[in-house]
Amino acid sequence: MADLYTVNKSPFEKNSLADAIKFSTDGAAILLIEDGVYGATKGTAVESLVTGASGKKFYALKADVKARGIAEDRLIDGVELVDYAGFVDLVEATDKVQAWL
Amino acid sequence: MSDVKKFMYLNRRAPYGTIYAWESLEVVLIGAAFDQEVSLMFIDDGVYQLVKGSDTSESDMKNFTPTYRTLGDYGVRHMYVDKESLEARGLTTDDLIEVEWEDWETEESVDNIVEAVDAGQIAELLAESDVVFSF
Repeated sequence: MADLYTVNKSPFEKNSLADAIKFSTDGAAILLIEDGVYGATKGTAVESLVTGASGKKFYALKADVKARGIAEDRLIDGVELVDYAGFVDLVEATDKVQAWL
Repeated sequence: MSDVKKFMYLNRRAPYGTIYAWESLEVVLIGAAFDQEVSLMFIDDGVYQLVKGSDTSESDMKNFTPTYRTLGDYGVRHMYVDKESLEARGLTTDDLIEVEWEDWETEESVDNIVEAVDAGQIAELLAESDVVFSF
């Protein structure tokens, strides 16, 4: 498997998510954590970042999604929720982890 | 002559990811104790501070959404939310908490002091404030 990229900034405040998508290879896993989870929500001005990205698999950390009051049906289709154990599984399954801050 | 000043707290950051929202709330609560005219403004990612349904049970952080609901009791009279910021985030006022306000002396009350406003109104509200605190 390719690499795992974490994004922890809101897509409205920084271009970390856009860069993670732009500068990653096909098969990349992109895990949205902390304020990064806003990038996984439907109906926003920036949702095309995720919906328009091909060849990437998106994940969002459940604890951070819940803390921000984001209901599961507000997540973009195809974004997979993972818990902390799932985060560890992703780290293990990928070659390395790179953080986009 | 009145010593009451118009205080505006301008919030532009999402909750939880950084300390800004929490710090703002602390300062609002302190300021409210001094009987000033206190309003809050939420712009950009700041609108996320008022989204209801927050559950921090799995993230080991204090859920401070309930604190916003009590602001009316602390004398906060207005909580303004930028319409454009809501729209850009796929949100409406239905997604936001409601905050009641009641004057315990006159028994005057308002069911919900959270109000969506446009850019022109925001500019005027900021201009007519005596002090603007940015977070």
